[in-house]
Amino acid sequence: MNILVCVKRVPDTGAKLRLTEDERAVDTRRLGFTISPHEECAVEEAVQIIEREGGEGVVLTLGPAEAEEQLRDSLARGMDRAILLEIDGEDWDPQRTAEAIVESVRREAASGHQYDLIIFGNESADSGGYQIGVRVAHALDLPCVTGVKGIDIRGGVLQARREIAAGWEVYEVQMPVVLTTKEGLNLPRYPSLRGTMGAKKKPFSRSSPSHSEGDLRLQRVLHPADQGKEVEILGEGPAAAPRVVELLEKLGLLE
Amino acid sequence: MILGIIEHDRGVIEATSLQMLTLGRGLAEQTGTSLEAALIGDDAASLEETIKPFGMAAIHRVTHPQLDDYAPAAWAEAVVQLGRARGAQAILAAGSDRGNEVLAHVAAKTGLAMAANCAQVEAGDVYRVLRLRWGSSLLEEAELSGEIKLLSVAPHTVEATEARCDTVTVEDFEPTLSEADLRVKVTRRDETASSGVTLKTARVVVGGGRGVGSAEGFAVLEELAAVLGGIVGGSRVATNNGWRPHTNQVGLTGTRIAPQLYIACGISGAIQHLVGCKGAKHILVINTDREAPFFSKADYGVIGDLHEVVPALVAEVKKRG
Ligand SMILES: Cc1cc2nc3c(=O)[nH]c(=O)nc-3n(C[C@H](O)[C@H](O)[C@H](O)COP(=O)(O)OP(=O)(O)OC[C@H]3O[C@@H](n4cnc5c(N)ncnc54)[C@H](O)[C@@H]3O)c2cc1C
Ligand SMILES: Nc1ncnc2c1ncn2[C@@H]1O[C@H](COP(=O)(O)O)[C@@H](O)[C@H]1O
Repeated sequence: MNILVCVKRVPDTGAKLRLTEDERAVDTRRLGFTISPHEECAVEEAVQIIEREGGEGVVLTLGPAEAEEQLRDSLARGMDRAILLEIDGEDWDPQRTAEAIVESVRREAASGHQYDLIIFGNESADSGGYQIGVRVAHALDLPCVTGVKGIDIRGGVLQARREIAAGWEVYEVQMPVVLTTKEGLNLPRYPSLRGTMGAKKKPFSRSSPSHSEGDLRLQRVLHPADQGKEVEILGEGPAAAPRVVELLEKLGLLE
Repeated sequence: MILGIIEHDRGVIEATSLQMLTLGRGLAEQTGTSLEAALIGDDAASLEETIKPFGMAAIHRVTHPQLDDYAPAAWAEAVVQLGRARGAQAILAAGSDRGNEVLAHVAAKTGLAMAANCAQVEAGDVYRVLRLRWGSSLLEEAELSGEIKLLSVAPHTVEATEARCDTVTVEDFEPTLSEADLRVKVTRRDETASSGVTLKTARVVVGGGRGVGSAEGFAVLEELAAVLGGIVGGSRVATNNGWRPHTNQVGLTGTRIAPQLYIACGISGAIQHLVGCKGAKHILVINTDREAPFFSKADYGVIGDLHEVVPALVAEVKKRG
């Protein structure tokens, strides 16, 4: 079973978002970087499937040279090989990003690497476009199930479960297939020391796709209007309990 | 015209589709055209009366023998054919799981750009949209071009309001579907019996984060939730460490909650957590660190160790009860 997982490097923003002076991005000068939890689950799922069934797990990103960090992290968690589609400057729009990923998959296929499964996050952590996986699936003429929180593979048929208001719905599809996943699919492992050491020696390829402008063009990012709450401190330590209970009474929560 | 895709699950509609229609009506007014709606599948027929007051000039009943249950690519193919037949200048969906999914398929099939989770839209040759990023922690102004504009409407950013058209025509439309469009279709459903209070519907949520320290540490939070008729939730640190199941996670990649009171214990207040509890009426934060960012987003605070404060609270509630 050969599996491709696509991840995106995003700032680990914590409690406060600062913007760059040109107001086109988050100021990342004092931030670490990560990938979306949805994508972490995609990586974990790929590693688990390959542990069971054998095969190769490839992790891909389109991003700056520094995105090597996120790819190495996925290698440390058990993926076998990484592909960096290196770009400089700003994020590409979803159409162009999908095209670059499709081109890479086609190049891989031409050199004998076919994927049985291609996994994306349901949405990217920062931009949340909800579309790159679906675009790639159509370009490759593959079926696509989005928002997946449960996967079961038997004899070339993949069962994908997804959560709906009424419970779960199940889709059965013939592989190869494209999936987009949501956190909750599994509990991702932390990379082991051995994994981290090993990741440095795993195959890593770089190429630079060429860019053209897309039809969704970011102009500016801005903060939403602040609700501006003024906190009322009810007290310190256990001594605050009576005042909290008064509050519960006031809110009508003790009936 | 502006075409709105009505999302439904076997004939059950969500408020987000009505919000989408309201934004679509505004767009139709801006551009001097009309709003039309697509109701896909036989089981959607019952929704005609529900959506009529929201101001569309036409409802298209989209039916096909194979559209008997949800199939995202088939829904999208139907929308593409209908949109082309009617000369749509924009196609709208709710910014929900299914809405975004169907629209993404429309985008992929047509090669058009799609802007997800828009809160405001200004029409023109090029549309100017205001869309949500980081799960609504940031806004983005963007330009959207293309022959047909594809937009999903961010849930609960537009208030659904009625404005009935004098006449609403209802027309049947049968799309041509291919095998490929039907490769992905709901095969089976497992409906979990609704087991009383859930994180989404609870009146009180008691949340725990890194400060709780362990799975066992959640026992006192469970106790507090129990005496208040509430339910326990947690931050991603709590779920990622395996202290709580992911179904307990509040936030961007977890559940969005809307209780009367959210009691957040040992949680710092990262933006990805905050977007999950924006819907809470009141927030009480219990944290040892007065500088924790959560305090500036809370209504009430207690400074202290949750392992001491929460048991004292349980005792005090029991005393009054
Ligand atoms: C794309 C993305 C998506 C994410 N999605 C989510 C999500 O859905 N939900 C989510 O929660 N997070 C999410 N996160 C993670 C988020 O950024 C934070 O890392 C996380 O919310 C922090 O959890 P925490 O507040 O429990 O831990 P910390 O940030 O470590 O805070 C612990 C707090 O506990 C206090 N404390 C310590 N001991 C005690 C004590 N004894 N008594 C009282 N207080 C104490 C500390 O002062 C501190 O404020 C996401 C991150 C990314 C990048
Ligand atoms: N720059 C990128 N490189 C690789 N994969 C990406 C990139 N951007 C997005 N993706 C993948 O596509 C998914 C959906 O992204 P989006 O359509 O932006 O919400 C993400 O969760 C990733 O798996």
